[in-house]
Amino acid sequence: MSYWALSLTLIFVLIPLVLSKTLNLGLGRDMTVATVRSIIQLLAVGYVLKFVFDSESLIYILLMVALMIVAATHNAQKKGAAIQGITWKIAVTLIFVEVLTQGILIGFNITPATAQYIIPISGMVIGNSMVLSILFLNRFTAEVEDHQDQTELILALGGTPKQAIHRQLINSIKASMIPTIESQKTVGLVQLPGMMSGQIIAGADPIQAVQFQLLIMFLLLTTAAVTSVFLGYLSYPTLFNKRMQLLKG
Amino acid sequence: MSTQYKPAIHFQHVDYRIGDIEILNDITGSFPQGRITTLVGPSGAGKSTLLKLCNGLISPANGEIFIKDKAIGEYDPVELRRMVGMALQSAPMISGTVYENLNLPLELQGQQLSKEEALELLEDVGLKSDLLERKVKELSGGQRQKVSIARTLVNKPEILLMDEITSSLDRASKLEVEELISKINRKYNTTIIWITHNLQQALEIGDYTWVMMDGQVVETGESSLLEDPHNSRVNEFVKGVVS
Repeated sequence: MSYWALSLTLIFVLIPLVLSKTLNLGLGRDMTVATVRSIIQLLAVGYVLKFVFDSESLIYILLMVALMIVAATHNAQKKGAAIQGITWKIAVTLIFVEVLTQGILIGFNITPATAQYIIPISGMVIGNSMVLSILFLNRFTAEVEDHQDQTELILALGGTPKQAIHRQLINSIKASMIPTIESQKTVGLVQLPGMMSGQIIAGADPIQAVQFQLLIMFLLLTTAAVTSVFLGYLSYPTLFNKRMQLLKG
Repeated sequence: MSTQYKPAIHFQHVDYRIGDIEILNDITGSFPQGRITTLVGPSGAGKSTLLKLCNGLISPANGEIFIKDKAIGEYDPVELRRMVGMALQSAPMISGTVYENLNLPLELQGQQLSKEEALELLEDVGLKSDLLERKVKELSGGQRQKVSIARTLVNKPEILLMDEITSSLDRASKLEVEELISKINRKYNTTIIWITHNLQQALEIGDYTWVMMDGQVVETGESSLLEDPHNSRVNEFVKGVVS
């Protein structure tokens, strides 16, 4: 794409700006900031990726992945402020998911251990894991608050904290995984995934693009399941003290 | 209170607070073993909080609680809560059938309640056997409360804590539950601590009474104290409730 063609894509920013102005939506400033930020962030990341790909250094790859984990943790932890030590719990979850998925991909020789594969796939895994963490924490904190009487009931009947919180935990895990499962059901029918579309536009063989997309979809299913289960089982014990009493935020 | 009976539960200078708000202040006294003690007092006096302390759902900020002469902190929480059963005011249910709710205490221990035992429990609390497979969301408030009591009895607790369990029942059901609790008390020598707003009920059912106000115990003794309280605030409260 030429720079002229790229600059013409700003028409797609102008349309919502005009609509916002006309209808007094008050979104003009936010959209402008979002546009400028996306231009700067993507250009910067483009140059950083070029540098990392050219250098082929493992240190730079690890630094990129670490940066993604730090940014994702920072973003997700705001949703779980009520849970003690949520920042490190999210960080441990993201690291675990990243190590597990890359371990399988590289260990079984599914993808090569090069920056060109590790960084984009890590980005998708960590990004998806971050969204899952937010969805899980949103639902879990609401479930705990809404069903406090049931938690206390099970404790009062001689149940353990794990038994007392089991239903809320399972409901939250299921609810946070639903969007990933549902999007897989309609993929190819309702929407063509971004990565696959990008590859096809860039001239790749559609069958090969589909193969990579399948890899990513399956990977994201594991990411969704492992993130919500791992974060759930790390989070629930902090809601209780040693006397098996529910701590109220 | 009474020197005739061994204490099932003893409070010694117990305080409880949430943040800076004092809920209970310097509670000292005993609940006699094998007897029915009622807790009466205005809303917000700290009665429900006191019950939760007995069951270990919360812990005191200061002071000690002894259950059968052993400090509450020395009990395993699970063992304590099976020994000190509690029927909650709101009668919370898990979604599912009446049987699933009755089975819950044993399910938590990896066991199962037989249908015969479940039917016996329903009969004990005055519910018909055809309710066993009924969804709890289809039950009336009174039926839920009875299921809640039956469920608490599954653990065969030595001490039974009741938080306004008859407040949502009609007169006939209320009398049935009162009779049931008296029967359990007599048959198994179960210690009962019963929060009630109904002073007539406290007089008829309770052997002893604690009157609580503003997080303190202001008068204790045999239930007949409610007919002629020594404390002027209790006197005012009794008259206010009666009138």
